[in-house]
Parts: sequence; C-alpha cells; structure tokens
Amino acid sequence: MQKVYTKIESIVGNVVTVRAEGVRNGDLALVGDSYATVIKLDNDVVSLQVFAGAQGVGTTDEVRFLGKPMMVSFSDNLLGRIFDGAGIPRDNGPALTENMIPIGGPSFNPSKRILPNKMIRTGIPMIDVFNTLVESQKLPIFSISGEPYNELLSRIALQAEVDVIVLGGMGLKYDDYLAFRDTLERGGAMGHTVMFIHTASDPIVECTLVPDMALAVAEQFALEGKRVLVLLTDMTNFADAQKEMAITMEQVPSNRGYPGDLYSSLASRYEKAVDIEGAGSITILGVTTMPGDDVTHPVPDNTGYITEGQYYLKNGHIEPFGSLSRLKQNVNGKTRDDHRAVMDGMIKLYAQYKESLEKKSMGFLMTEWDEKLLKFGGLFEEKLMDLSVNIPLEDALDLGWEILADCFEPNETGIKTSLVKERWPKKEAL
Amino acid sequence: METVTGYVTGINGNLANVKFEKAVRKNEVAYILVDGKRLKGEVIRVNNGIASMQIYEMSNGIKVGDPVEFTGELMSVELGPGLLTQVFDGLQNPLPDLAEQCGFFLERGVYLDPIPDREWDFTPSVKVGDSVEAGSIIGSVPEFQFTNQIMVPFTLKGNDWKVKSIVEAGMHHVRSTICVIENSKGETMDLSMVITQPIKHANKCYSERLRPDEPLVTKLRAIDTFLPVAKGGTFCVPGPFGAGKTVLQHSEAKNGEADIVIVAACGERAGEVVEILKEFPELIDPKTGRSIMERTIIICNTSSMPVAAREASCYTAVTLAEYYRQMGLDVLLLADSTSRWAQAMREMSGRLEEIPGEEAFPAYLESTIAAFYERAGKVRLKDGRVASVTIGGSVSPAGGNFEEPVTQATLKVVGAFHGLSRERSDARKYPAIHPVDSWSKYKGVVDMDRVEDARSILKKSIEVNQMMKVVGEEGTSSDDYTIFQKGELLDAVYLQQNSFDEIDAACVPERQRLEFDIMYDVLHKNYDLTEKKDIRAFFNQLRQEFIDWHGTVFGTPEFEAQQKKVTEFYLSKAAN
Repeated sequence: MQKVYTKIESIVGNVVTVRAEGVRNGDLALVGDSYATVIKLDNDVVSLQVFAGAQGVGTTDEVRFLGKPMMVSFSDNLLGRIFDGAGIPRDNGPALTENMIPIGGPSFNPSKRILPNKMIRTGIPMIDVFNTLVESQKLPIFSISGEPYNELLSRIALQAEVDVIVLGGMGLKYDDYLAFRDTLERGGAMGHTVMFIHTASDPIVECTLVPDMALAVAEQFALEGKRVLVLLTDMTNFADAQKEMAITMEQVPSNRGYPGDLYSSLASRYEKAVDIEGAGSITILGVTTMPGDDVTHPVPDNTGYITEGQYYLKNGHIEPFGSLSRLKQNVNGKTRDDHRAVMDGMIKLYAQYKESLEKKSMGFLMTEWDEKLLKFGGLFEEKLMDLSVNIPLEDALDLGWEILADCFEPNETGIKTSLVKERWPKKEAL
Repeated sequence: METVTGYVTGINGNLANVKFEKAVRKNEVAYILVDGKRLKGEVIRVNNGIASMQIYEMSNGIKVGDPVEFTGELMSVELGPGLLTQVFDGLQNPLPDLAEQCGFFLERGVYLDPIPDREWDFTPSVKVGDSVEAGSIIGSVPEFQFTNQIMVPFTLKGNDWKVKSIVEAGMHHVRSTICVIENSKGETMDLSMVITQPIKHANKCYSERLRPDEPLVTKLRAIDTFLPVAKGGTFCVPGPFGAGKTVLQHSEAKNGEADIVIVAACGERAGEVVEILKEFPELIDPKTGRSIMERTIIICNTSSMPVAAREASCYTAVTLAEYYRQMGLDVLLLADSTSRWAQAMREMSGRLEEIPGEEAFPAYLESTIAAFYERAGKVRLKDGRVASVTIGGSVSPAGGNFEEPVTQATLKVVGAFHGLSRERSDARKYPAIHPVDSWSKYKGVVDMDRVEDARSILKKSIEVNQMMKVVGEEGTSSDDYTIFQKGELLDAVYLQQNSFDEIDAACVPERQRLEFDIMYDVLHKNYDLTEKKDIRAFFNQLRQEFIDWHGTVFGTPEFEAQQKKVTEFYLSKAAN
C-alpha cells in the first residue's frame, strides 16, 4: 500500500526533497529510519524536514509516506514515562501506540474560556504570597544562564498542587535531564509526570516538537478534568531551533535572525493555557533565558507580550520587583483577609530597604529607621526569598507578620489598624 | 454565474498556489476542498496562470491536486441588524455559535452566519417610485436603544435606481426580500435587511469629509484635557509589554462617549477578551442606562488563531464601523494590536518571497497602515447628518523601542500619540501615558493655551527633578523646588487616575474643566513658603485634599464641601 520513493533530489540542512504524488501537507514520512514531516509542496516536489537531521542521508535512501500527521499516544500509561521530541521512549519502556492524537491541534474557542480564579499553591512564598500562580496562567521565568531555573522548576513540580505534570525539556544539558529525572523520582512525583526531553545533543528539529507534544498531551488530560501543569525549559532554545531551521530554509529573517513568525509560534503554544468550563485546566510555566540579561532580546520581548506576567530569577531568588503575576488579583483577595495587606506592606518596606542599602553603600549615615529596614531586609531575604523555603501560604503569611513584628512598630508598617489588631504577634510569643 | 475552479499545485505554510481555468480576480475569496471541508482563502497574487492564496485556516492535510472553488466575490462581511453584542472571529464567524456547534476547539472549515436568524419589526421609509442610490435608507428596525437603518447596498452602481416595491410595516425575516429596486435599463434587484460589503475598500457613501473638531470624551483627564482625541480622528497607543495598553483600551471602550464601540482584539491574548465578555454585560452606560455590551461588538482573532485571518480582522472591524457610521452614529474602533496585524502582513510577504523592507516588514507597510487609519473620519452623509469613525490602535513595539517601523509608520498618519512609558507603569502610575513625549493635534475639553501652559510647568518640573538628582535637594533653590512640587502635584492628582475607584475612573468633561481651573490657579500662585520641608508638607497636604476630592461624586454637597476645602487650603498659603 505504501509507496516507497528512492530518489532524493536535494538535501539542504535538515530538509530533503523528493518527487512524489498524493502527499498531504504536514504528513509524516520515514526517510531511512528517521521520521520526517512534509513542510512544503510544489507540484510533485515534496520538501521534508527530517527530525533526526539529514546527516548521513543518501540520495537513494528510502522515503515512505505514512499518510498521517505527527501524532502522540495518549493514555494514562504515559504517566511516569520519558520520551524524546519525536515521541520515542527514552526510558527503556515500551513504545506506546494506542489512542494516537494529532499534535499542534486547533485553537481553543475564546468564548468557552472562563475567568481564571483558582490559585495553585507551590509552597514557595515568593510565588504564593507575592506573585500568586493562578490556574490556566501562562508565565515565563526570565532568567540568565547559570541561574538555578531548572532547580526552581523541579521544586515547583514537586510541590505544586496539581494532578498531572508535563515537563518539556528543550536543549537540556544531559546532566540537567538526569537531575530532573532523579529529583522527581526521589520526590515521588514521577507517578503523575510525563516528560518529553530533547537534550542539547539531539537533532534540532525534535526540539521544536517538544512543546507541541507536551501541550497535546496536556490538553487531553485537561479535557479529562485534570489540573495540568506544563513546565517548559528552555523556550529560548526552542526559538533558536526555529531560527536555525528558518535560516537553513532561506526564510527572510526579521529581528536578530529570528523568523518573522516568532511571535505567532510562541503565542500558539502559550495560548494553550486554558481553564475549561466543566473540565480541567492547563497552566504553563516556561523558562526563558535572556541572552546577556537583555529583556529587549526578541525572545523575552515577544514572550512578555504573550504571557500574563513573569517571574524574574536573579541572583538565585525570584526578584520581588521585576516579577509580576497579572492574574494574582483574581485570587489573592479570597485566600486570607491579610494576604494583600501583607504582600503590599512587605514589598513597600523592602523597596525602602533597597534605598537604605544604597545609601549605606554610598557611605551615608544610617538613621534608626534605616537600621530597622536593614534588619527587615536581611530577615526577609533569609526567611522568605530563599528558594529552598517550602511552607504553605498561611504559614508564610504568619512568618511575614513575625518578621514585621521583629523589626517594626505596628504603625510603621502602613498596614490597616484592624488587621494589625487581629494578626500582630504578641511580644512574648517571639 | 459559472463557478471557476482550479486545483492546488503547491503549498507552503498558509500560502497555496492554485492552477485555475478561466478568470480569477485578485483578492477574491476561494475555497480549498479538503476531506469534505471547505477551507476559506483569499487570492493575493496571480502570476503566470497560478493564483497564490492565503488560507485563513491551518493548512495541514492539503495535497497537490485538491480542488479549489473560486467565488468571484471579494472578501466581504455581512451587515444587518443583530450584530451588536456579538463576538466574532476575524472572518465574522460568531464564536459562541461556533462553540455550540463544534465544542471547545475552533474547528476549521466551519463558517456560520453572522446575522442572527430572526424576524425584525421593519418600518419602511420609502415608497414605490422613490429614487435610491448606494447607501440610501429604505427603512428601519429597532435594535436595543438604536434605530438600525436598513440601507441599499453600498456597492450599488449607478444613480438611476427607483423603488419598484416595498413591504408593509411589520415583522419580516432578516433575509426575506423587503424591497425591490429597478433601474432605467429595467434591471431589478431584491434587497433584504442584510447587505454584503467588501472589507478592503473604504465605504465612501457620504457627501464630504469634515475636519475632526469635536472631542471624543474618554473620561480620562490625561487624554481629554492634555492629549485629546477627536470624533473622526485617529490615535495610537504604543508601549512596551506590561505598560497597560490593553487596560487603557478597555477603559476607553467602557467610558468612551461614542454610540457604538467596536473592539478588535487582533493577535492578542484570549484571556483579555474573556475579561471583556464577562465584565461588559454587567456595566451600565450612564448615558443610556443600558448595558454597555448593547453598544459593543467584539472582533476577536487571538494570537493562536491562524495568521491570515488576523490580517483580515482589522478590516472586518473597520467595515462594521463604517456601517454604523452610515446610520449617523459616532463609532469608536479600538484595535489591539496593530503590530500583530503588521506582523501578519510580514509573514505573508515572506512566504510570497517579496523583497523585504526594514525588519523584514514589506515595503507597502506604511501605505497599508495609512490606508487603514484613513478609513477613520468625520463625514457629512448624503442626507446631511454628521457621523464619524474614530480609530485608536495600540502598537506593541519590539523591545519597547518606538523607532521600529510599525510605530513610525503609525505616527505619520495619526492625529494623537499616547506613548506609554515603562517608568510610569513600573511606578504604578495609571494611565502610564507619558505627558510630555506624547502629543495630540486635536482640540480638547479645556482651552488649549492654558493646557500648554500647564504642560510647560510640568516640563520645567521634570528638568528641576533631573537637576536635583545631581545637586541634591540642598542645592536647589526654593523657587525651583516649588516648581518641582507643582509639576509633581499636577502629575499625581490630574494626570493620574485611580482605575480601581469607581468614581475617579471616569471623570466627566464638566468636572475636568472645573478641576483644571483650580489646578491652573494652584500652578500660577506663589506661596509664602521658603523652607523645603514646609513646601513639601504643603504640597503633600494639598495632594491629599485633591485625592479626597476625586473620591466624591460630582455635583453632590460632599463634592462642593471638599472643593471648598481644597481652595481654602491653597489660598491660605498663597502670596499676594
């Protein structure tokens, strides 16, 4: 039934062309024993993007068209498994072939969306208290190379209150992949995790498939009513892979070599984040490394226009100022009555602490108030900002009150008197 | 008419090449038949007997040889009663109906009727024998608080048409023939309440264009007083991400004093559209006492929907706007964001392998943007009524850098520039419009000379602030320090508004005039204060009084009491 073609006409970059008829755009094919997908048709000339790269492909290699688009198997058997970007197992387990679903499916109908209104608890005070993560939110972690963003992601994966975690790794260092796997196994989270991992040495085309694979699976879990958290690291590698492919295909670059559709291709992935009426939800946390700590670089810039805020990871902690969760207002009013007040009060004081710190470094005299702020800032950074802190929101808020009480008089905090009366820790308790 | 057919010869992304027989037109709509589905597309180039089509859907599964049907019609929308309150995608598909039919996801190849299938209470306004031409009103139906006028199609050619028959007043189905017209050659045409209008041609059924000279009130002090927008004018809102473009546009959609508001969410987040959908039906228009949703249409082609349809969505929106303008209404069109629209053009241009211009945008970027904004305007219709379309587009410049091509091309053609600044939004100043860098060529609600004067004080205040960073507060004279504080006061209590406060979020023009008068006087008084500490304390106190004033409802005794308090306070310290 399947016709085999053995005359490859050109091999440029990862793209091969062959003359064939009746081929559909987007269909899957086998070139030798590597998967490939149809990216362009011109009369009978078919261009194929070879997933494993065209290295070593010969002009007489067999090309077989499979007559179906790229698909991924979906069932509960996925849980606990690890795959590569083409959906092939990485963990010595059996290949899954049942219930194949297409990847990169259509967009969600906006009129079926609901307003995000449920908080996701992560146990990390800088997220829970100050920039609450909301179900169905899409948030990038802006970071520079060398920051512990993967550690942060695995901690969120372990601690977040969700049903399923889908991890998409793009251009990961092999050590990082192993670290993810070991951390999740040790933490006992592997049982509700699916991993699609592309490591730095794998073929570049597979890198661009990882988000689609991860999100197609996530979408099915969400339709089943599960709350899914998708972790993507690192989206800059994804964009760079797209850039590499676009340039080899002689597309006109738009900005710093990136293809003109960078915004659309990032958006179509991030926009998969959704809270479905009467079913589950998809929340996306993606890492975007900023080359040279430059937020105007095309990848973080386009990402910022798409996502609902961002976490800035700097010097090993989530920066309270650059970070923003645009949806936090939707949830932090109904967690505990002091949530917003503690959040605002502490951030304002922390900003003043930064000013005092600057004054101090410039050699100005420290007033009594400055000393108080310095003490507060130190405690704040040690007890709340440190990424290894893992406490529930309520405990974090109580801890916040304790720190405030330790450093200030109630009227110095700018917090409403009624709340202070209720929450201010008694001195002897300290 | 005979259908022209063809077949696919090549496909690259969302661009298909089609071999055709007989005649095709550029920009006509065609359908590719794939697996029993009809995928809509538009012919954008004809070259050597091959028509290149941009496909408004995902192009997976199309193969060489798939049949193509050409319709002979230009890309069009349907206009008629029942469009208000609806949510459409860029091709005028009603999204809620689509959800009912296809479920959670947007299935491709499904096109639904944008005009609700129902009857309307029609009242004719012409009689047999009356002359009509394109855009003539033949009757009306009531729709919410509006009188939706039924018009002769704007595309009708010739001016020798006469009414041959017209139905009686009463309930008629929206698509039934209500009127027949005939021209001198004896050709007849059946008219229903629905008309079809191509989206890429400006509707010119008016007798003349007028200068936009009347302010379109947005109830934002920074705009209405300092950077006004005129009815029939254009304005753009560029800003880096997170500076509040969308929040500002939503506020304009809510409070803008237009009859009809059309929101085009073009390539932006779906979540933002959901906010409008959930929030607007609850909000009441103070002028009419009805839900503001009843005057709103949403065109929603979010970032994850196919790119080609995004390009169409802005045109769809402006065509709807022109339709309501023809009814004598003032229409406000808000497009968010025109950068995404320009990027859609860039993607198509790349696929067509055109020679790229700056940042790979096509060379026709500027003329296309200009042509879009030029569809705004205040016009005198043929029956003498004056109506307008106002267009406000947000721009998302890469890296927040206003030098990029889309921002620059837009600035050339708009009448007002509301540049958002990252510093102001980081400092939580709302609206984050930069008061000195931005400009407007329109007349506002307050005398412009005095506004200029206030702005010059603000400029001076910013200069003093810069200087103070170098020489410190100690090295600044009391006079300069007073100017600095005056500028800060103007910024804090006049330019900024508290969007969370129901009263302060919408400031009516009468109130703006009154507050500006007082503010102007404050700025021009000298004060008997020499110590900086005292100056600071005075302005802090004054700011507090102003903010409390903003919290009172206009025209109430509390309002007047607080006004008195403000005035007495600053006059008590004023020098003679």
